[in-house]
Amino acid sequence: MGSILLISQTALELGFQYALVAMALFLSYRILDIADLTTDGSFVLGAAVSVTVTAAGHPVLAVPVAMLAGACAGFVTAFLQTRMGVPSILAGIITNTGLYTVNLMVMGWKSNASLLRSETMFTLLRDSGIGGDWYELLLSAGLTIAAGAVLWLFLGTRLGLSIRATGDNRDMVRASSVNPAFTVTVGLCFANALTALSGAVVGQYQKTVDMSLGTGIVVIGLACLIIGETLVGRGGMGRGIAAVMVGAVVYRAIYAVVLNTKVVPIECLKLVTAAVVALAIAAPTIKSGAAFEKRRLTAGRKGGR
Amino acid sequence: MLRIENISKTFNPGTVNEKTALSNLSLHLKPGDFAAIIGSNGAGKSTLLNAIAGSFIVDSGAIALDGRDITFTPDHKRSVVIGRLFQDPLRGTAPSMTIEENLALAYLRSQEEKTSPFSRIRKKDKEFFAEKLKLLGMGLEDRMRQPVGLLSGGQRQALTLLMATLVTPKLLLLDEHTAALDPATAEKVLELTRAIIAEHHITCLMVTHNMKQALELGNRTLMMADGQIVLDVSGQERAGMTVDDLLRRFKAGTGKDLDNDRILLSD
Repeated sequence: MGSILLISQTALELGFQYALVAMALFLSYRILDIADLTTDGSFVLGAAVSVTVTAAGHPVLAVPVAMLAGACAGFVTAFLQTRMGVPSILAGIITNTGLYTVNLMVMGWKSNASLLRSETMFTLLRDSGIGGDWYELLLSAGLTIAAGAVLWLFLGTRLGLSIRATGDNRDMVRASSVNPAFTVTVGLCFANALTALSGAVVGQYQKTVDMSLGTGIVVIGLACLIIGETLVGRGGMGRGIAAVMVGAVVYRAIYAVVLNTKVVPIECLKLVTAAVVALAIAAPTIKSGAAFEKRRLTAGRKGGR
Repeated sequence: MLRIENISKTFNPGTVNEKTALSNLSLHLKPGDFAAIIGSNGAGKSTLLNAIAGSFIVDSGAIALDGRDITFTPDHKRSVVIGRLFQDPLRGTAPSMTIEENLALAYLRSQEEKTSPFSRIRKKDKEFFAEKLKLLGMGLEDRMRQPVGLLSGGQRQALTLLMATLVTPKLLLLDEHTAALDPATAEKVLELTRAIIAEHHITCLMVTHNMKQALELGNRTLMMADGQIVLDVSGQERAGMTVDDLLRRFKAGTGKDLDNDRILLSD
């Protein structure tokens, strides 16, 4: 019984931490309609900056610094696609590749970094006694819910509205005297700051970061987004932000079940995740294809066309 | 108000697809002018509107609006003072956003109400939007929180018209904005257009394929062929003109018949 509680507690903690990546993708993929492949790199960047600054004795300062670093990565991707004419997916891949070197540099040219006896935000909260045994969940959920609230408020502002319209109808954004290049840039900076925040929290939570931490994180984030939207439904901005949190927690719960019951070998989880995401995104096409075949077969039986 | 001096534009220069869309075209519009443009297929009517709106920068010549040179101004900056409607009613609005949010975006063009980018839609703004929506007579003021994607083409075009004129533009560009609507809706949108233009004394340039409309609406009729304005009638001369007169004048000016497969000679 105790172990089940511990497992669900961990799933909730990780769920809230990784929900920030799904929230970033909600902004870049769902709202701006851009598949931002900077995500993998900016997640590690956030973690690397956070761990390095924490090791230097500033665990709280580490968070805004990591977010700023993530925003810079987002800016580079946005600059490439809005000002240099690089196709958006390629722009993300280019930035991501460059970030590999940047991340090594942040960690002092090593492929991993650890926090041995340094204070982290988590140990600070534990030592203060707030939250009791649930301090890790309290901090993870608190940061994610706060970030979600800020994003929700931001999307209701005039600038937020122009960002939402950019993914919907760029002509109309231009006609409203707003430069879509600007809104894409703000959107991608914000999204990558959220991704880096996720990395920053995960880094301090695990007390370690290595170069492979971000591999496939964009697909996992999309999985969380899709699971959330399936369970909570799509609609307004508030619903979307709530959906990514639910989706991320459910994803981590599934992960925990797989890890503990070995229904699927844990080594296969990325393949399963990738397949699930591909199927979920392909679903509308598969559905209309199936409807077409059904229609064709019915027509064939009746002898008509 | 609008001064266009000798503008030219060639697309795909130096290739087999080279096409001179505008050639040494000049046009002056006085404040309050409402000019209808008619012409053959590919005469450059839409290209002229695109050049004014800034969809591309002209190869040569100059464009000035209200005494300010805008030849090299990017389109999103021109849109502060130029409103525009396309034939496709879906082009002017963001479908997944609500009517209220769409209007709030259009209201960003407002010069007097320079608000912070982090401000939100205020109650006062909503009341103002509802009041304006009421003028459309489509009941949209009761549906302000619904996504625009749920509206019909005619409702979306009427909303786009409202958005383009919510902040009174110095120049309104209409590119066959009623052509994709059913006749009754087209008539309604045209009526609204006429009323809004008259109320705010907006200078307007309208492309149409309806010959009768071209003579009845506004105070000037322009005919285009091969990237040039070949006929420009107004005042007394225009008042007594029939569609046949217009066609005859076109042939006299260009040496060929007006060739537009969508042209409407009457209703």
